[in-house]
Amino acid sequence: MKTTRLALGLGLGLVAGFAAVSPVGAQESINFVHNTYRTGAFSGSGIPVADGVRDYFTMLNNRDGGISGVRINFEECETQYDTRRSVECWEQAKAKNSVVYVPWSTGAALATIPRAHIDKMPIFSMAYGLSAAAVGGTFPWVFNPPLTYWDGASVWIQYIAQREGGLANLRGKTVGLILLDAPFGREPIPVLEALAREHGFTLKTYPIPPAEMQNQSSTWLAIRRDRTDWVLVQGWGAMNPTAVREAGRTGFPRDKVIGIWWAGGDDDARPAGPDARGYLALSWHQVGTNFPVIQDILRHVVDRGQSNSAREKIGENLYNRGVYQGMLIAEAIRNAQRLTGKRVVTGEDVRRGFEVLNISAARWTELGAPDFAAPVALTCADHNGHHAAFVIQWDGTKWNRASDWIRPDRARIRPMLEEAARAYATSNAGWPARSETCDQPS
Amino acid sequence: MFYREAGQYKTTYQSDMAIFPLRQDRIGIIIILALAYVAVPLMASDFILKTIMLPFLALVLAVVGLNILTGYTGLISLGTAAFMGVGAYACYKLTTIFPDVNILIWILVSGFFSAAIGVVFGLPSLRIKGLYLAVATLAAQFFLQWAFVRIPWLYNYNPSGAIEVPLRTVFGVPVTGPTAAIEVKYLIALTFVVVLTWVASNIVHGRIGRSWMAVRDMDIAAQLMGIKLLEAKLLAFAVSSFYCGVSGALFVFIYLGGAEAGTEFGIRLSFIILFAVIIGGLGSMIGSFFGAGFIVALPTILKFGLPAIGIAITGAIAEKIVVMVIGALTIYLLIVEPHGLARLWQIAKQKLRVWPFPY
Repeated sequence: MKTTRLALGLGLGLVAGFAAVSPVGAQESINFVHNTYRTGAFSGSGIPVADGVRDYFTMLNNRDGGISGVRINFEECETQYDTRRSVECWEQAKAKNSVVYVPWSTGAALATIPRAHIDKMPIFSMAYGLSAAAVGGTFPWVFNPPLTYWDGASVWIQYIAQREGGLANLRGKTVGLILLDAPFGREPIPVLEALAREHGFTLKTYPIPPAEMQNQSSTWLAIRRDRTDWVLVQGWGAMNPTAVREAGRTGFPRDKVIGIWWAGGDDDARPAGPDARGYLALSWHQVGTNFPVIQDILRHVVDRGQSNSAREKIGENLYNRGVYQGMLIAEAIRNAQRLTGKRVVTGEDVRRGFEVLNISAARWTELGAPDFAAPVALTCADHNGHHAAFVIQWDGTKWNRASDWIRPDRARIRPMLEEAARAYATSNAGWPARSETCDQPS
Repeated sequence: MFYREAGQYKTTYQSDMAIFPLRQDRIGIIIILALAYVAVPLMASDFILKTIMLPFLALVLAVVGLNILTGYTGLISLGTAAFMGVGAYACYKLTTIFPDVNILIWILVSGFFSAAIGVVFGLPSLRIKGLYLAVATLAAQFFLQWAFVRIPWLYNYNPSGAIEVPLRTVFGVPVTGPTAAIEVKYLIALTFVVVLTWVASNIVHGRIGRSWMAVRDMDIAAQLMGIKLLEAKLLAFAVSSFYCGVSGALFVFIYLGGAEAGTEFGIRLSFIILFAVIIGGLGSMIGSFFGAGFIVALPTILKFGLPAIGIAITGAIAEKIVVMVIGALTIYLLIVEPHGLARLWQIAKQKLRVWPFPY
């Protein structure tokens, strides 16, 4: 009896598995399968981002009937921040003719980059993933605007110099870097080391193993012992709120702790309570709901009960980052429609759309987000842009902007990236030379 | 009725000890192999091949490996993923240092590196048993994972700390790297699995396997019977790690095509493989296949299969259901049926044998 039921279950499962590949009906719509992690260890950061992207595309569908009148068939693919599942989502996106793949994890980006030019699906990894992908000549199918971790390191040091009263005053200072002991965490080290040599400050690194993310007391004791002047946080997930809490507990001045943009979630600072006041993070877009585009989301999505997000979470930093990503992708789809004259575009068209991406300050206003972020422009050679960022500060309840736009040191970063891209192409024997033509931006 | 051995006489010891004593079983295995080699690559879509078949084939060897250690020899290990990682990194280093050697050879050779590391971490098993041994292998897991991140030589000083699978060809046909056809990868993985499973099955049914089982059932008794514990246990660790190493190399080279240091081969994967062994059936080859298939296919079927047949379920809910199902099933099987799905399969076979009679 037990076995018959088991056999039946297995049979059903198999049928379901094979049915999964049946193609999706294709009326006039553009498919977009978006990776999310609403479950797993990193869901705290994954949920607000996922909500932001989802709500933006739902808003476009509700308000304008999609992009240029073509509905966006938006779907989520759950990865749990797991590379195996992310690869599965790549196959799913391919099967559904998604026009772009958004990995939302460095591991997933690395695993899928070699497939992009074969499956003709561009990869959009916003300010994470393979930094060298900024070099469009080597990676025509990968885009990682608006800046790389290496640019982030440059912005960090420039901001510290501003606060210290000039680069000359950095001499003799000690800058600590708390990093997740994983490739992502070590990304900024080469740039920081070069800057330390040049400006005469000492760089101390404090690696945190992933298993010890929530146990940093010894690290912060070491920071005190080393008389560190500034602490940089290259963290993700549960590591960030712990760092902020420990800074408060050991009495390290919070306004001298600066997180990378992924350490700037509202839920990274909030759990530390009053101790978090003054904590800084990098960002490249504004927070809050005070933008027409966010108001449209509230009106067309949230008020209709179609959002997964709690109303008060809308406008938080990571939510707005999701919206920002949505706007860049939507603009690339729009460009693709304009370049090809087609209404329903493919992944190949959207790749071209990304290469001519150009959102000026005026365009940001047209998109309903005046002064929301710095202008973004990509070219065929430069898939990153190395755009400006700024520093935000936690006031105990919300983030506020705390600095002017700071431009990364492009002249220093760019040659390093090109070197890294060359190394990638040589170590991956048979890496194809760019054959994709380049469109002129109009 | 159809599954009955009446008329099949065993006239030699050899045929009595055959792994598949029944003609029906032999025909069945030939049909399965034919399906796997011909029908699947011809009929299945890329999606099925890539998201179910390849991870299944890559992981099944690790499950077989852990089954040898845990199911046959009774030594619990939580370092499976780390041993897989050793295989993957060994294969990466070997093929980047000697790019002209056939990659298939390196995939096999990387298993020996893993076996050597496995033996080192298996040494404590002579003194400690049960839960304490699990803790010792846990140390292997953490130490090796630390090494994958901290020794840049292992990933050739790649700035992102990842190993990227280069293009390698066998007789002019690309087998690894992005341009390799999925069918080619599938057939290679399948061949590895078939050959290595055949070897494993022969080992566990032979003298070595019997000595392992004796150690599992009671090691003092085994010792009294003349089995050298040192050799038996270390050999179990070596063979098990060899399988894990080959599995890891296949996992990265044939399936993923690239891996970030330290994240792919985490403790989570070790546990998943252990659950696969428990669900499939401790001490059973076919159980390893059931377990791996179950663990690999369940999430995909729930996530993509259910929506395709019209049951709306979001990915996040599907993932939660997967965790609940696997957890509940592991506990249930541990209590009710320690021999797992393999035992259910056996019961089904027995019923068919005597059908229509109950006994």
